[in-house]
Amino acid sequence: MQAPPPEHCPGVESEQAGQVSACAGCPNQSICSDPNKKREDPGKALVAAALKDVKHKLLILSGKGGVGKSTVTTLLTRYLARSYPDSNFGVLDIDICGPSQPRLMGALGENVHQSGSGWSPVGIDDNVCLMSIGFLLGSVDDAIIWRGPKKNGMIRQFLSEVDWGNLDLLLLDTPPGTSDEHLSVVSYLKDDSSPDSVHAIIVTTPQEVALLDVRKEINFCKKQQIPIVGVIENMSGFQCGHCGHSSEIFPAKTGGAAAMCAEMEVPLLGSLPLDPAIAKACDAGEDITSVKNPTTEALEGICSKIMSSFN
Amino acid sequence: MLDKVKNVIIVLSGKGGVGKSTVSTQLALALRHSGHKVGLLDIDLCGPSVPFLLGLEGSNIYQCDEGWVPIYTDASKTLAVMSIGFLLKNRTDPVIWRGPKKTMMIRQFLTDVKWEELDYLIIDTPPGTSDEHITVMECMREVPCNGAIIVTTPQSVALDDVRKEITFCKKTGIKLLGIVENMSGFVCPNCTNCTNIFSSNGGVELAHLVQIPHLGTLPIDPRVGVLAGSTASVLDELPDSPTAQVLRGIVQHLVALT
Repeated sequence: MQAPPPEHCPGVESEQAGQVSACAGCPNQSICSDPNKKREDPGKALVAAALKDVKHKLLILSGKGGVGKSTVTTLLTRYLARSYPDSNFGVLDIDICGPSQPRLMGALGENVHQSGSGWSPVGIDDNVCLMSIGFLLGSVDDAIIWRGPKKNGMIRQFLSEVDWGNLDLLLLDTPPGTSDEHLSVVSYLKDDSSPDSVHAIIVTTPQEVALLDVRKEINFCKKQQIPIVGVIENMSGFQCGHCGHSSEIFPAKTGGAAAMCAEMEVPLLGSLPLDPAIAKACDAGEDITSVKNPTTEALEGICSKIMSSFN
Repeated sequence: MLDKVKNVIIVLSGKGGVGKSTVSTQLALALRHSGHKVGLLDIDLCGPSVPFLLGLEGSNIYQCDEGWVPIYTDASKTLAVMSIGFLLKNRTDPVIWRGPKKTMMIRQFLTDVKWEELDYLIIDTPPGTSDEHITVMECMREVPCNGAIIVTTPQSVALDDVRKEITFCKKTGIKLLGIVENMSGFVCPNCTNCTNIFSSNGGVELAHLVQIPHLGTLPIDPRVGVLAGSTASVLDELPDSPTAQVLRGIVQHLVALT
């Protein structure tokens, strides 16, 4: 493990790199302040080396919190792992302050082991492994009170010091927003010589207050030149279990994801209903992808679109 | 900093999408309803929701000699609002900033905005325990902050993150005023059966576990969602709803404290 960057690190790509007071005493100050050096994070080469056997990388993004990024990540991973038993899937949870994957994957309380080739991710299934900061915390109450540079350092370690091995697809579950975690993961994963090095999926819910933030995230991807596979609309419509009446809990007053996708010129991959059974299974970490229901039917279509977007 | 502000209340949750902004705006409107002068500061820089929820999108911030003038919702000037949303040219523009820029912006919101005499300033926050939260907590050492209201939804996956936020408050010395449990149960408009879509009672149990007050439980009520886009208070529009009852309780609780 390397020493973390100083608390008020201006960021290695910043123009003040190596020159502000926080840089005094940092072991990298001479590298950062050298005007002749190209300002590239040395971690990028390490990440590329560590992930050389990972075929595809998929970011699960949304500007908005609580729309189901983590749930969708879990559902997609489990459905894909079931449909492609000969392929290997990895999940990396880069939500540092609010990791949800350990619970959703039924791996609460598991530990990460250190081996000669780095941290071993936690095995969820024969062909699914997971890494999350949740595995490094002593208790669910432990808070990660970190500013950006420390979060970035952690994400770099997750990418470069975890023994991911051979993976057909690495899914990266992200926190809401367009800030440190997003910029870091994009800068580490994006290979300018191969535009298909990383793709993104956007998750939203149907109401305008969520779409508002999701549009910002789509524009983030466009600015960063990350190809968007498409948008998944979650929590769209709720069917009462008693009378079968359908209600719009989060009403799509502005046309929902479909209208937003048309406006932003990105594909809509499909919609997942609001199903209390899914919420319950997520809390318990159970796999429901073998059950036939409206959610798994929708997943089938979404997953085949995702897989056909690669290669 | 905030010299003319009598009370500051922070609305927090470790989790996103649990209703922090809805609770913040409706609490601000409820406090105004009971005759107070209120300010509402949105420090969610990457995903500001307050301008949309209050129907103030497209308003422009003007500068005067003493700083930025917040947006007033009407001529009575009883509710002043500040959000990064007012500074963006286009509502779809992303704010792609790392921590230090976010920190500077929040400091400016607290020091350079011309907040007039306010009885209450409500601060709406993004999810997490990072730059925005550390910055606001540092600033709160210099002003009389009453404490934080924690918003959660009942399911475990939300509570996991909310427990981290409570640890943040305890470690940094922010007083916990109580927990609001949101999205607890949905009553079918057709058959009136209640379905606990996101489980139920999780917020109550958490309040008991960490020994802080439970300020109320709000059901999923699409009628409240419909109020988004206006400055209509739940207390005026839906006075008999559970949401209005809970808000009245919180207002009483706050007034008794201050």
